[in-house]
Amino acid sequence: MAHNVLPQPVQRLIDEFARLPGIGPKSASRLTFFLLRGAENQALELASALQELQARTRFCSVCFNITEMDPCVVCEDSGRDPNLLCVVEEPLDLLAIERSRAFNGRYHVLHGAISPVEGVGPEDLRVAELVERVQGGTFREIILATNPTLEGESTALYLQRRLAGTKVKITRLARGLPIGGDLEYTDEITLSRALEGRQEFS
Amino acid sequence: MSRERTFRSEAIVLRRTDFGEADRLLTLYTREFGKITAVAKGARKPQSRKTGHVELFMRSKLFFAKGRDIDVITQAEMVAGYAALRADLVRATYASYVVELLDRFTVEDDHNISIYDLVANTLDALTTAEDLLLLARFYELRLLGLTGFRPQLFQCVASSEPILEEDQFFSAELGGLLRPAYQEQDRRAVPITAVSVKVLRYLQTRPWEMVSSLRLKRPLHRDLESIMHHYLTYILERNLKSVDFLYRLRREAELFASPDSPMIS
Repeated sequence: MAHNVLPQPVQRLIDEFARLPGIGPKSASRLTFFLLRGAENQALELASALQELQARTRFCSVCFNITEMDPCVVCEDSGRDPNLLCVVEEPLDLLAIERSRAFNGRYHVLHGAISPVEGVGPEDLRVAELVERVQGGTFREIILATNPTLEGESTALYLQRRLAGTKVKITRLARGLPIGGDLEYTDEITLSRALEGRQEFS
Repeated sequence: MSRERTFRSEAIVLRRTDFGEADRLLTLYTREFGKITAVAKGARKPQSRKTGHVELFMRSKLFFAKGRDIDVITQAEMVAGYAALRADLVRATYASYVVELLDRFTVEDDHNISIYDLVANTLDALTTAEDLLLLARFYELRLLGLTGFRPQLFQCVASSEPILEEDQFFSAELGGLLRPAYQEQDRRAVPITAVSVKVLRYLQTRPWEMVSSLRLKRPLHRDLESIMHHYLTYILERNLKSVDFLYRLRREAELFASPDSPMIS
């Protein structure tokens, strides 16, 4: 077996790389040998970055985003509207909304979505924390910004029921046509929602 | 059925997982070719021409190109989007159950148009059915029949004697009813009432149009559900994720017990 001739540290790194999503055994070997042959500090930089990733990040105790400080920079930012809350599935969704620069309120990261198919229930997510936060807060509006997938819709439906008693206004992101899209190829559900949500053109 | 270099079929989406940068790997039940796996390139991008046509439970007309390792979806056009299932958590859970059972009971590349039509009709019915439990039992019995696990409800599985109208035992191992006298043939057989036997027989032999007008009381529903889940779990040798999820929903039932929400318990 070719594997046996590899020194153990090399094999170990290959195995670790191979556990990452989208990386197969060949890519894992290629990355490992690149680091092995590359400049010495390149590998060390990567090693220290990986170490810091674990040591210096945590979940914000308020919004559960990934952060270095607790509470996170968004929760601490006094320039943001404290009465507007946007609920997202993942930290990457939060980043996407931040990139739009169209939102200036607070966030709540659920870390997943309810999925009957995969058996993911509300207790596997940061739902209880959200309910507590809304009940104890002064929010004027909760925006449910979960994905327009079956899982995201299920999550929004569930949260709507859970938060119904709080009397806070609950909204859902609009669904419609993407920039650069094409009506001809748009599915009927999206198209009918886009028609429902049409706005006066002035 | 062997597939051409390009082929087309109507299909129902059973599962989807993210794949690569923006692709989705789909497990589909196609009408003409049975269960297959195919990739929808770019389907996670909002501008994709396929995204809205290949969501879970959707029934779509798909065009495929045969790949070396995996088939690629080149065009997609929705036939039924089942928006009503997406707007109701309980219906969505039952739809998940329908496709999960189908996934567990079928292997790839084994086509069966009757199964396809059963699932399509069941999803159609799920959008409006009042009694989702009844529909679930109907679907289970039909699917079991089409996949070779039809439970024997008319003869004793030990003695082949006809079943009389009295309480019986149900043996998952032997695949059907045991007359009380033969109970020791399977010590794990569970008791089943004469009424439950009657309902199961009716579900097994009558079309949905007739079955759907049945009105069953809650304890009877519970009884039927527990027998069917017992049998299904025995055959599949595992729990079903959507069933676990349904039980979780029930534990929070008071939350969902509004007049507009269909019966779940």
